[in-house]
Amino acid sequence: MTTDTQAAAPELGKARLRKEDDRLLAGQTTWTDNIILPGLLHMCFVRSPFAHARITSVDVSAAREMPGVIAAFSGADFADEQASLPCGWPVTEDIIVPPHPPMATDEVRYVGEAVAVVIARDRYEAADAIAAVDVNYEPLPPVLDMRAALEEGSPKVHEAGNKCYVWPFVQGDIDAAFRDAPVVVERTYRQQRLIPCAMEPRAVVASWVAGEVTLWSSTQIPHVLRFALGAFFGIPEQNIRVIAPDVGGGFGSKLQVTAEEVLAVLVARKLGRPVKWTESRSEGNLTVHHGRDQWQRIRVAADRDGRIRGLDVDLLADMGAYLMLVTPGVPLLGAFMYPAIYKMDAYSFKCTGVFTTKMPTDAYRGAGRPEATFAIERIMDELAVELGMDPLELRERNWIKHEEFPYTTIATLVYDSGNYEAATARATELFGYDELRAEQQRRRESGDPVQLGIGISTFTEMCGLAPSRVVGSLRYGVGGWENATVRVLATGKVEVVTGSSAHGQGHETAWSQIVADKLGVPFEDIRVLHGDTQVSAKGMDTYGSRSLTVGGIALVGACEKVIDKAKRVAAHLMEASENDLEFTDGRLHVRGDPEQGRTIQEIALATFTAHNFPDGVEPSLDSEHTYDPENFSFPHGTHLCATEVDTETGRVTIRSYVAVDDVGKVVNPLIVEGQVHGGIVQGIAQALYEEAVYDDDGNLLTTTLADYLIPSAADVPSITTDRTETPATTNPLGVKGVGEAGTIASTPAVVNAIVDALRPMGIRDVPMPCTPERVWQAIQSARDTGAGQNGGGQ
Amino acid sequence: MASITVTVDGVTYSDEVEPRLLLVHYLRERLGKTGTPVGCDTSNCGACTVHMNGVSVKSCAVLAVQADGTEITTIEGLGNGEWHPLQEAFKAEHALQCGYCTPGMIMAAADLLRSNPRPSDEEIRDGLEGNLCRCTGYENIVRAVRRAAETGVTP
Repeated sequence: MTTDTQAAAPELGKARLRKEDDRLLAGQTTWTDNIILPGLLHMCFVRSPFAHARITSVDVSAAREMPGVIAAFSGADFADEQASLPCGWPVTEDIIVPPHPPMATDEVRYVGEAVAVVIARDRYEAADAIAAVDVNYEPLPPVLDMRAALEEGSPKVHEAGNKCYVWPFVQGDIDAAFRDAPVVVERTYRQQRLIPCAMEPRAVVASWVAGEVTLWSSTQIPHVLRFALGAFFGIPEQNIRVIAPDVGGGFGSKLQVTAEEVLAVLVARKLGRPVKWTESRSEGNLTVHHGRDQWQRIRVAADRDGRIRGLDVDLLADMGAYLMLVTPGVPLLGAFMYPAIYKMDAYSFKCTGVFTTKMPTDAYRGAGRPEATFAIERIMDELAVELGMDPLELRERNWIKHEEFPYTTIATLVYDSGNYEAATARATELFGYDELRAEQQRRRESGDPVQLGIGISTFTEMCGLAPSRVVGSLRYGVGGWENATVRVLATGKVEVVTGSSAHGQGHETAWSQIVADKLGVPFEDIRVLHGDTQVSAKGMDTYGSRSLTVGGIALVGACEKVIDKAKRVAAHLMEASENDLEFTDGRLHVRGDPEQGRTIQEIALATFTAHNFPDGVEPSLDSEHTYDPENFSFPHGTHLCATEVDTETGRVTIRSYVAVDDVGKVVNPLIVEGQVHGGIVQGIAQALYEEAVYDDDGNLLTTTLADYLIPSAADVPSITTDRTETPATTNPLGVKGVGEAGTIASTPAVVNAIVDALRPMGIRDVPMPCTPERVWQAIQSARDTGAGQNGGGQ
Repeated sequence: MASITVTVDGVTYSDEVEPRLLLVHYLRERLGKTGTPVGCDTSNCGACTVHMNGVSVKSCAVLAVQADGTEITTIEGLGNGEWHPLQEAFKAEHALQCGYCTPGMIMAAADLLRSNPRPSDEEIRDGLEGNLCRCTGYENIVRAVRRAAETGVTP
């Protein structure tokens, strides 16, 4: 038994190597698809080949006769029990929330919608039997274009109409801001549809034993999933256990209650045998919810000196065919972020949600904020051109100065802290901003066929979802708190239970650092448990960069309760007054006498034996804490991108990328840097490579990774990162989120750089993804119209 | 059914398999070698990369019958019970987050270093082009492969 006092260097801020890595590196991981149970059967789905059709018949009888097939069901077989997949964020009172059966019964509304399921002894046999299911359809007209969908006479996705909701938000006198404004710039941007593509395809295993169901799922949200199964599918919540074992990435795509999860539970109950379903990548690209897909009309009014007067944003957001867990709310997360880091007099926002016959959209890394940041940072560059100002100077003229925090933005958010000057100064220094501008000028003058562009993104975002009161006021279905439990074991080791469910973020390491710091126990003595509702009963899970800023603070609260309890025990053992004790470096001692006292491990043992214990005190140090944040957190930063654009081929090469992020205090700089790298590349991917493409019949053309271009190592640049550190003032660790910042920042930095390179040719936009073909076409049409003024790039 | 004999991570197995059975499914479902995951169905992502007779292959694009008579090494056997320098380097450089691409990435990197023991960063990036990672942005993967190359990897 150890009774060592731990007084090592502070854990917070230490670049600890990750505890998670050993099993991941050894191939000893428990992915859901690795799980085998006795009698396990495999499910395979028959999916609609039509974007929109009436189902006239489904005949599964031939499939039932196929070798190895145990059962086959159509949607009608589940009519009484499958209910409707939940939408947890009905954003307005009059929003249309259409029924969304996990398996279609009457009508299909996107290619890939499940219409039947075959269950067989192994996955090959299940896949073989799919072909024997006979489904007859009566095709209906697809609805693929949001603008056309809103026109009078458009075919309807649902009987109630294609307009799902309209959500307006106006602050200040927007008419006055635009009336007589010396400069007004208006642009329309397209946020293309994206596919999240976590590397681990979704997988589900469901097992019923004596009325209790266990569901293993590759999910970000085991707790929310358990709640949903209990609340909407008639299964008593206490009889549901959801396990998220090792989960291979999510990026929002596994923040969902999916048809396949629900159907696995229902099929397992029907058959009395455990079932597994693992999607193929092609199936996943069709049926994992998609991201983005908006039209953004944005107008900015400014004075001649560059001061912004007002901002007016009008969105069309593609919901797809149904509303899934937070589908309608995603654009609203952006609604508060268009004003970004800038001061202005008035702001108007309107979002119209539109149904189409495509896969539903929902949260994808950043969820609403990347879209908002893209539009505002793009139009800041356009405004700078209109004013003849350097785009950095324009930003600086309008941003909130560091001495003005806390600052209430025009969108009513209270930014607690920030220092845009510091991050920008550091970024421009690392980037060599002035030298690159000089080189750009030289290349423009010499007519170099390869032009240089500089892209700026001075972003902020709101994360750490979320204060329950605030999201409740926006009609969000659940709270935003997080829960943690600290169990002090008899030997002085510590078990931490967190409701924040990890899937690559490094919770086991970061949470150990927090506890080591707060309780003064060695990092190695701490074990973190998560992702199983039987182990961690309460949680709101992982999304919206909330783990550290909400879950980490819950953990701090639980540690403080442990110390409070330990203090009573120590006071008794030391025959001292509780009020005279303080806790430093893992030891409770009388104030001013740190050498004497009791270590937390000694107190743990004394609590375990309870032989000599104070009257009326329970012999346990274990503590639980649920934390509801008082505010969002607002990480920010300045990202600078230099692109070389070959005006003869349209090829874009990122020459350098500098990211200076301010995420407040840092628990583990290795993890923070890793999140920034990965986030930036995901944003670069939107700028340059990725797009979910449907053809005119509503078939998804990008079902494989040969068609949907996730960048490889050879496609992305090396990234220079640095940090400034302006602590958050709204939580005791001073931390802000980091999971989405890179993705939010990088897309506009890259596109601004491309447009900046081509600006002298008269080009003021290139639609994403900025493929060589699109860049080349933009150059050709600029040449055809003679838009260029000084002939840059010939 | 076809008879195959394959040595996987030093153990020899003889099995009857369907001719259409993919090597990765043979490894995962017949042999329980679940260290090698499946990330796609078009051999684009590389998550399932293993070595066949010392050369990296995507095990979703190889039939089990094609592996007859070969020696297969997976992430589980790469270090022969020790940590392989690439495993060490991936940990030291924080070159993994969710870890799903990691087995394939390491197996591909091992093959890269076998053919080019001292690659430049650009050669590392080009050499790993067939392996996709969604978490790391590749920066730390490049650093890890460079680090492993510097510490010396014996093929």
